Amino acid sequence: MSEVNITKTIDARGSYCPGPLMELVKAIKRGQIGDVYELLSSDNGSAKDVPEWVNKMGHELVYCREDGDFWRIAVKKTK
Amino acid sequence: MTRRIIIVGGGVAGTMVANRLAKSMENEVYNGELEIVLIGDTGKHIYQPGFLFMAFNEGFLEQFAREEKYLLHPKVNFVMDAARHIDVDRKRVITGKQSFDYDFLVIATGSYPDMESVPGLAAGGHTFYTPEGAERLRYEMLNFQGGTLLVTIDVPHKCPVAPLEFIFMADDYYREAGIRNKVQLKYTYPIGRVHSLEPVAKWAVKEFEKRGIEYETFFNLEKVDPEKRIAYNMDGSEHPYDLLIAIPAHRGARVIQDSGLGDEDGFIPTDRYSLKMEGQDCVYVIGDATDLPVSKAGSTAHYEADVVVRNLISELKGLPATHRYNGKAFCFIETGLNEATYITFNYKQPPQPVPPSEMLHWFKLSYNEMYWLSARGIL
Ligand SMILES: Cc1cc2nc3c(=O)[nH]c(=O)nc-3n(C[C@H](O)[C@H](O)[C@H](O)COP(=O)(O)OP(=O)(O)OC[C@H]3O[C@@H](n4cnc5c(N)ncnc54)[C@H](O)[C@@H]3O)c2cc1C
Repeated sequence: MSEVNITKTIDARGSYCPGPLMELVKAIKRGQIGDVYELLSSDNGSAKDVPEWVNKMGHELVYCREDGDFWRIAVKKTK
Repeated sequence: MTRRIIIVGGGVAGTMVANRLAKSMENEVYNGELEIVLIGDTGKHIYQPGFLFMAFNEGFLEQFAREEKYLLHPKVNFVMDAARHIDVDRKRVITGKQSFDYDFLVIATGSYPDMESVPGLAAGGHTFYTPEGAERLRYEMLNFQGGTLLVTIDVPHKCPVAPLEFIFMADDYYREAGIRNKVQLKYTYPIGRVHSLEPVAKWAVKEFEKRGIEYETFFNLEKVDPEKRIAYNMDGSEHPYDLLIAIPAHRGARVIQDSGLGDEDGFIPTDRYSLKMEGQDCVYVIGDATDLPVSKAGSTAHYEADVVVRNLISELKGLPATHRYNGKAFCFIETGLNEATYITFNYKQPPQPVPPSEMLHWFKLSYNEMYWLSARGIL
């Protein structure tokens, strides 16, 4: 796997409201084009919710993988 | 020697910490061993859920405001002045007129809705999240004769249920005014459901359908054209409106940004369990001011205040600060005119829906008054 330069890691483990995806949305809206945000989520729903949001909004999913009892999901802001 | 605790911000969190600490350490504050200073930039303490009622012409600011100095324990030294600079290296807070050294600092400066966060929003939109905004919206709502009322929501924002309460109240309001058939209500939300909590989203969608409220998910406001009255979503779609009501992205207080203590939005990196500012042993952060992934709500501030006060007492007595915040939050949700439910969760426990009841509705209504006991540290 090629190296990814992570701009910022967002630890949203244990977050139900606003929840991991909302934490990611905040970062993406604030960030610069090309930034990569890595989200840590203990909510299994994130593995579906995040890629779906990224796809709808036209950003790029870099990876989405399980790491022990949580998920690591990286997203690149493309516009 | 007198030790000094400074609390910056006299909202929900700051007032609760000041009062509970003064009560718990009454001997020390009366014999001069401990001084509690609360620095607040306003003499008025406002109960923010009241803004909703103001927007619907159901109340005025005076009903939801009290004099801060009368809410505080008599031995809390209330300094009414804005903190201009917080210097954590020198352990000092500088206001417009004075400078205070501290032994322990509690930052409780809250958050504010930033209408400048999206181009065109300040000129084209309204908000009920500030007293001035709610006051202005009162007239817009009263004079609205029909058309599209569009609600947009950005992150982060405080009280994640207030936008839902707003749209349901708007539905009732225009039904009562007899013009609901001329008003198109449209609710939007940034992610793939109408609320971040799944049980709340499920309930709300059913309610939307019953009441004829339109909704759009995956809506992330990027730009507003105030002349053409169009709101633009991140995906490029255009949404015309007649009245735009936004819950914009919130930011941490300016003093946090000016003092270089926060992240890019002015929220302070905080340990999720100890509630200490990252890298600072003598600084606690509480309420909306933290960068924690928990709801920005009065109830969160309340539970956090418990932990901060107990840890401060331990530390003042020379003991380690071992109390931990478990991420607890609690929210009432009005599910109709006569029923309410609540939702509670923490870092480990996801929320479980509770059947709505009339009793919970009355409990929520009475909390509007009981709040003042909470702020005083009695409840
Ligand atoms: C419309 C609406 C409805 C809501 N409904 C609910 C609800 O039903 N349930 C719930 O739990 N929560 C609700 N909330 C959220 C709740 O009001 C906030 O989360 C809560 O007030 C946060 O407390 P806080 O002490 O962190 O911040 P605040 O209460 O906002 O207090 C921050 C204080 O710091 C002061 N300050 C800022 N900068 C400085 C400075 N430089 N120097 C000195 N002082 C400063 C401010 O003036 C303010 O007094 C609602 C909010 C809104 C807007």
